[in-house]
Amino acid sequence: MQFTLNGAAVELTVPPMKRLLDVLREECSLTGTKEGCGEGECGACTVLLDGAPVVSCLVPVAQVEGHEVTTIEGLGGDHPLQHAFLQEVGAQCGICTPGMIMAALSLGPKPSLAQMRSALAGNLCRCTGYEAIYRAIRAAGTATRAVTRPPNAGRAP
Amino acid sequence: MRSPVSSYLLHRARSLTDALRVMRDAPGTVPLAGCTDIYVALEFGRPPGARYLDLSTLAPLRRITLTGDTLSIGAMATYTSIIRSRLVRARLPMLVSAAREVGGAQIQHRGTIGGNIANASPAGDTLPVLSVAGATIVLRSAGGERRVPFTEFYTGYRTSRRESGELIVAIEVPRVEGQQWFRKVGTRAAQAISKVVMAGVRSSAPRLALGSVAATVVRLPATEAALAGGASLDEAARVLAGEIAPIDDLRSTADYRRAVAVNLLRQFWGETQAS
Repeated sequence: MQFTLNGAAVELTVPPMKRLLDVLREECSLTGTKEGCGEGECGACTVLLDGAPVVSCLVPVAQVEGHEVTTIEGLGGDHPLQHAFLQEVGAQCGICTPGMIMAALSLGPKPSLAQMRSALAGNLCRCTGYEAIYRAIRAAGTATRAVTRPPNAGRAP
Repeated sequence: MRSPVSSYLLHRARSLTDALRVMRDAPGTVPLAGCTDIYVALEFGRPPGARYLDLSTLAPLRRITLTGDTLSIGAMATYTSIIRSRLVRARLPMLVSAAREVGGAQIQHRGTIGGNIANASPAGDTLPVLSVAGATIVLRSAGGERRVPFTEFYTGYRTSRRESGELIVAIEVPRVEGQQWFRKVGTRAAQAISKVVMAGVRSSAPRLALGSVAATVVRLPATEAALAGGASLDEAARVLAGEIAPIDDLRSTADYRRAVAVNLLRQFWGETQAS
């Protein structure tokens, strides 16, 4: 099967029902996507599928054939949201952080508190109490836009 | 314990005809789409089968259309597409309210209304809405198409009139006269399964449906009749409390559910107006 991963074409031979989460971590060596609950409750494994946030623990890999997947690695480490999460201490243990950032990408440049709560309703954080996360998203400000063309296309194996 | 997903067969439907042929020729095949229920079952080691049929390729089943006075929602329409649909917003706002309370954004992007119906959970968020809306389920098999009124679709806990070779292809909803109302009560606003979920239509013939208080979603004919007959809200509340038989389970207790159901009736009546 083939799909686009962080801007680069990927071709793999994998069982069709394997979870996208496991394919990303085990076959593609992209371990930025974390497994929290494995049942779609926590959002730690959030990636973008054709630009929309989905939980990769509930996606059979066959369903991304011909589609575009973006993981936290696709942001390249220099995205304004990544910097803002560092500066505002939007992460403590860090397990939820990649998923939080991928979900936050769908927000506009100046989201209200209600919009942030709604966009991140599917992402659980047990450390921060969310306030630092909302601060980080606000601080990232105008640079926060949905990524459909990742800045470092071609990084995937 | 996780299910051995690597050993499972997955057929990706090339067309609806192809999908219906697989459903006919390979009994036991489990159709899947957004996978927001099936992959949870797999995670818990409760696989519904070993042979699956992927419907996510069937773009025509995602359409939401209005024909005459009938709103037709394709079975593969996701919660997100329902939330964004101008047609659904205009005709069936209570379904938009229900779709907004399913999981979080990640689940809403993937989960489908056909899946919510087929999963047949008594807690399904869209089911009370479809019940009071007078919806009809369109089923298709290799042999043809048939329609089943939503209120007659479920036969018991997680069982329905869908036969093994059939797929849910659409939901048809007539014009709903009256003011629509929906509320879900769970442990938190997002990502929680309901303890009680209610949909209502306020008109001269009020309609009410509750989820999570019985083996299936239920309409409340006695309470509806009491309200239609001009009973006081207190009388209607007593009728409602006697009409449902909720149970204690891991999410809530029978007493709590009965109390919340009565409170929801009062809230529905207080927040809507006779037309």
